[in-house]
Amino acid sequence: MAEAVLEREPARKFDVVEVPRRGRVREGLRGYGLIVAMWIRSTMTYRTSFFLSVFGNAAIQMLDFIGIWIMFRHVDALGGFSLPEIALLYGSCSASLGLATLLLGNTDRVGVRVRDGSLDTMLVRPVPVLAQVAADRFALRRLGRIGQGLAVLGWAVSALDVDWSVGKALLVPVMIVAGAAIFAAVMVAGAAFQFVAGDAAEVQNSFTYGGNAMLQYPPTIFAQDLLRGVTFIVPLAFVNWLPALYVLGRPDPLGLPGWVAFLSPLVAFVVFLPASLAWRAGVRSYRSTGS
Amino acid sequence: MRLYLAVGAGGFRRYATYGTATAAGVFTNTVFGFIVAYTYIALWDERPGLGGYDQAQALTFVWVSQSLLAAGALIGGGFQEELQERVRTGDIAVDLYRPADLQMWWLAADLGRAAFQLAGRGVVPLAVGALAFRLALPADPLRWLLFLVSVVLGLTVSFALRYLLGLAAFWLMDGSGVNLMANVVAIFFSGVLLPLTVFPGGFGELVRSLPWSAMLQVPMDVLLGEHSGAGSAAGALGFQGVWACVLLGAGRLLQSAATRKVVVQGG
Repeated sequence: MAEAVLEREPARKFDVVEVPRRGRVREGLRGYGLIVAMWIRSTMTYRTSFFLSVFGNAAIQMLDFIGIWIMFRHVDALGGFSLPEIALLYGSCSASLGLATLLLGNTDRVGVRVRDGSLDTMLVRPVPVLAQVAADRFALRRLGRIGQGLAVLGWAVSALDVDWSVGKALLVPVMIVAGAAIFAAVMVAGAAFQFVAGDAAEVQNSFTYGGNAMLQYPPTIFAQDLLRGVTFIVPLAFVNWLPALYVLGRPDPLGLPGWVAFLSPLVAFVVFLPASLAWRAGVRSYRSTGS
Repeated sequence: MRLYLAVGAGGFRRYATYGTATAAGVFTNTVFGFIVAYTYIALWDERPGLGGYDQAQALTFVWVSQSLLAAGALIGGGFQEELQERVRTGDIAVDLYRPADLQMWWLAADLGRAAFQLAGRGVVPLAVGALAFRLALPADPLRWLLFLVSVVLGLTVSFALRYLLGLAAFWLMDGSGVNLMANVVAIFFSGVLLPLTVFPGGFGELVRSLPWSAMLQVPMDVLLGEHSGAGSAAGALGFQGVWACVLLGAGRLLQSAATRKVVVQGG
């Protein structure tokens, strides 16, 4: 950290740091990496505690899946989907959300930082605020959720009766990474909203964790209006529903053509634009509590 | 008694200060209510009468539990982290010098908090749920009264369990690990994840006899009229009462063991 601080004159005004565009991204990533490394070092000081919390994280998620398994003790299908099919949905969105929360999980603390004024410290450091907020208290224990998601996904892939083609096989990892990027964009937008709304972390969580809870289940059980909302407004359907429907060879309930399954990376890229604009507007509108 | 009422009122007011946070919480509970409601509709379409509930009862379960989650601190939150922090920093010594009982003090504060959460985060999600779906809410005021008694008993059981977690800090220093595990257990065994009546066989019976069942499942069944006879209702409330006494008693024992450990350092 210290060297990064010494490298350049401290910025005098928050939004007039004169660094070329590409340089800013590099600086951001570098700052992010340094902060993450610091948090990992601090986590590894208490190794037992760390492994316990990774396990605890995975266990929470596992009980969640056991809930679905108990449902299937009573029924053969939910919304027309079998248990392995739901496991495909469950595992993929769990892994995506896990990846997104690992990489920028504590963005929801922005509201608290706005309230107690500790965001001020971040604004005077020569690292983009978003990189600092994303790396804030980086929690490696979140590997637990990713691991659990991948485990369920692995079981689903082995239990499914799918005629695998190259396209379908490639779509699975793409779905996880693009899904994580979509969740990440939603997190950034939610964090930006907290500049306006103050301590409203739960609104952000209801789109990410709530979205995750919804994407675990097949789209066929939800109302059409809700499906339109999560396809065209907050495009969570591209996290896993649309790619997974293609893998399973099922039609989309909204009647979208099959090739939309491959649009997830593009959608992730597109949603980052409004999210990052909102973030900038949020940072500019920030007024310190001053105390 | 006046003292504890004042502490309770303080707990209420403290949470009432966070208007945006409450509004955000209402929004979240409502969003989750819709998601869970649709999954339950799919489940009960497939298996009508599952767990002894019809679909309207199952949906009532969804929306009333969304209204109780924050009050019962069933998915996290509550006072235990603050108590652990006070133990860690040593502020607990100040608490022990107060002319008030430590357990009663925190109970009053937590019930005050719960009362606010019940009003602030409970009413709106339930109203939205009742507008959007056909629920099986009772018309009988007596049953609502019984439900409220059952909710208060459930909140007490929830407090008593979390008080044990708070005291664990005397031995563990860092409570985040146990809090996490306790949370997992509470979500699974209280009925937040799935009504406990749906859990199969002997495992189901075991789950329904544990204290977590007193926190959500029992108040729910009282409201849904699963305990309509006087004897059955008394049995349900008695079950909660017994767990409340046992756990509060355990808390007292642990508390006296913990306070013997306290070493006050000057400085």
